[in-house]
Amino acid sequence: MARHEGRGMASVNYPIGMNLGGDPSQALIHSNPDGKFTVALSAIDLGQGMKQVSRQIAAETLGVPIEDVYVDTADSDTGPHDMGSFASRGTHRMGNAIIVAAREARGVLLEAAAEELEVNAADLVTDGRGNIHVRGAPSRSITVKATAQAAQFKQGKTIAGRGIFLIPLSAVDAETGEMNPNTAFAHACLVADVCVDDETGEVEVLRMTSAYELGRVINPRMVEQQLVGGAWMGISHALYETPEPYYPNPEHGPRDFNEYLMPGPGDIAPYHVTVLERPAPDGPFGGKGPGEMCANPVLPAIANAVYNAVGVRVDELPITPEKILRGLKANGGVKPGPRRGGPVNWR
Amino acid sequence: MAKLPLQFRLNGSDRATFVDPASNLLDTLRRGLGDFGPKYGCGQGTCGVCTVLVDGEPQLACLTLAVSCEGRQIETTSGMADGPNLHPLQDAFMDHFAAQCGFCTPGMLTAARALLAKNPQPSREEVVEAISGNICRCTGYEPIIAAILAAANAPGARRA
Repeated sequence: MARHEGRGMASVNYPIGMNLGGDPSQALIHSNPDGKFTVALSAIDLGQGMKQVSRQIAAETLGVPIEDVYVDTADSDTGPHDMGSFASRGTHRMGNAIIVAAREARGVLLEAAAEELEVNAADLVTDGRGNIHVRGAPSRSITVKATAQAAQFKQGKTIAGRGIFLIPLSAVDAETGEMNPNTAFAHACLVADVCVDDETGEVEVLRMTSAYELGRVINPRMVEQQLVGGAWMGISHALYETPEPYYPNPEHGPRDFNEYLMPGPGDIAPYHVTVLERPAPDGPFGGKGPGEMCANPVLPAIANAVYNAVGVRVDELPITPEKILRGLKANGGVKPGPRRGGPVNWR
Repeated sequence: MAKLPLQFRLNGSDRATFVDPASNLLDTLRRGLGDFGPKYGCGQGTCGVCTVLVDGEPQLACLTLAVSCEGRQIETTSGMADGPNLHPLQDAFMDHFAAQCGFCTPGMLTAARALLAKNPQPSREEVVEAISGNICRCTGYEPIIAAILAAANAPGARRA
C-alpha cells in the first residue's frame, strides 16, 4: 500500500475550425444615427467571449471607441449565416468576417465624412475616440456621430458593411487521400504530475504546467479564463466523467448528477500556464482560438502520468480506480516508469 | 388540491402568494413571484444553482417546501445589489472573471454570501468547502475561489 508519483506529457497541434464546405462565417455591420455601430452575427456566445472579441475586432477595424460598438449575436432567424460555435472557430472565422465588414463600413463612413469636410476620403483618419480628421490637420475634423447623421439625413448614404470569410475548399487527392482541410493550427504542450494510490486505485492530479501558442491573444483575461477552465474540464474527462460507464452498452448509464460524476472545487490542481503569441498570417489581428484545445492535452498527459507512476496503461476514458486496480492485478503489481528531473520549474 | 396562502419576506419586501401544498420554494420564487435569480438546474439538490438564503442559511430552493418558508426571510441574488452598487462579491466575481456561461453564478454567489456573513476571513479550504455543493462546468472553480477570497477583504463584504 503506497502512493506513487508519476509525470506525463502531451502536445497538441490543434486545427482551428474545419473546412467542410469552406466553413464560412458572415457578418453585417451598420451605423445607427447616433454614430454607434451594430454588428449582426449568428455566432453564439456561450460564455467563451465571442461577443467581447467581436466587439474588439469591430471597434479596432472601424476606428471607433469600443463603447460605440454593439454586437448582436445568435439570432439565426434574422442574422447573417454562420456555421456555428464549434471547433474553436469563432474568433478566427468570425473575426475575419467582421474585419471585412468593418472595412467596408469604415470606407463609407470616411466617404460621408469627406463629403462633409469637403476633402478627399483618402486623406482622412480616425482617432479611435469618435472623431475623424484630415491626416496631419486634427482641427479639420468631424465626429463619427455627426458623420452618421449627415449620411442618414442629408446624404442618403447607408454606412454599412458586409463580410464573409470562406476558405477555398480543398479537394481530396484521389491517389493519396491527402487534403488540406485547415489554414491555422494552434499548439500546446502540457505536463501533468499525478499521484496514484495502489490500494484504492485513486488518481490525484498534483499539478499541471503548460505552454499554449494561440496566435495573437485578442483578450488576455478571457484566454486565461478559457485555459484554466478548460484544463479543469480535461481533468474531469480524464478521471471522472462518462455518460457510458459500460460502453458500448448504454444500460446503467448515469441519468443525473447523483450518478454522473462531476468533481467539485476540492478536486482542482494547481495549474501554471504560459501563453506564447505568434500571430497567425490569416487570423484576425493574428488570432487563432483557444477553445477546445484547453482541455485536449490534459487527457493524454494524465494517462501518460498514470502509466509513468504505476505502469498501468489505461486507454479507455475515464481512468477510474477500477481500471487501475485491474491493470495492477494484470501486471502483477506496481511497475513504475523512470522519473526524470524534479518538479517543473515554475517561474 | 386547495392552494394555501403563504407570506414571507423576499429580499427585504413582504410578499404574499398562494401555493400548492407540494410546491417547492424554487417554483414559487420563479413562477409565482417572478424572481429569476435562483436557477432551475437538476431539480434534485445536486447542482446548487437554486441556492437561496432562508433566514441567512443557504438552502436548496428546489428541495425546500414553499409552505415551510411562512414568515421567513428569503434572500436571492436579485436582492444583492444596493441600487446601482453591486455587492462586493458581485464586484469580485466580475474582477476575477468568475463566470463564463453564468448559470452556476447565482448559486455560487449565494453560497459565498452565506459563508462571508458567518466567517468574514475564510481560508481557501473554507471557501472550497462552502461552494462544494455547487457545480461549475466552465471556470475550473479557481477564479470563483479567488473572487470569494478577494471579496472577503473588501469593505462591506459582510453586508447580507
